[in-house]
Amino acid sequence: MNEQEKVKVIDARGSFCPGPLMELIRAVKESSVGEIIEVWSSDTGSQRDIPKWAEKAGHEFLGVVHEQGYDRIRVKKKR
Amino acid sequence: MPEKLAMVVFSGTVDRLMPVGIIASGAVAMGMDVEIFLTFWGLNSFRKEMIPKNMKFSRDYEEMAPMMMELMKSKNVPSWFDTLKKAKEVGNVRVHACAMTYDLMGMKKEDLADIVDDVIAVGEFVDIARDAKFTLFI
Repeated sequence: MNEQEKVKVIDARGSFCPGPLMELIRAVKESSVGEIIEVWSSDTGSQRDIPKWAEKAGHEFLGVVHEQGYDRIRVKKKR
Repeated sequence: MPEKLAMVVFSGTVDRLMPVGIIASGAVAMGMDVEIFLTFWGLNSFRKEMIPKNMKFSRDYEEMAPMMMELMKSKNVPSWFDTLKKAKEVGNVRVHACAMTYDLMGMKKEDLADIVDDVIAVGEFVDIARDAKFTLFI
């Protein structure tokens, strides 16, 4: 992950599956193409669901950074 | 045409309504349309007055209900209804009331939550479910 890029952060910590994914979808909808959205999630399902969703929806999954007690999951809006 | 998931919601207990909201969310996230048919206790639980006060669990899991409800409350888990509403905001979720139950229980359109789109008979629902990728009975 390139830390220099401007990212929109969605803090979905404490929210359970499918919360973080649904919040991400909403944020992606409201963003413009090329924007990077980072979800903070403490939910186990997100790590698997979000890359899968990005692939299905045609966006780019940029990776996960594990923090203490949560993950930072990044997606780039492609269309 | 997007793929379709059909669900027959027969149950009216919280432990069974939870997965309705969650699976509908997963389906719309994966680009599927969702068609829900509410019948019997399922439709009963979509009555405006039932939504905030329904705390019932299936008989089999009744003894775990207070612990689960407490856990869900303390961890701020959204209600099954809010989860389903969110799914409907994100994707194409259609909620149909079963005409038979509707008549049987003497319901009126205004008794039902706004999330319910229409009242249809079983034939029409079966026709909707005909080309669904999979159909769940909950």
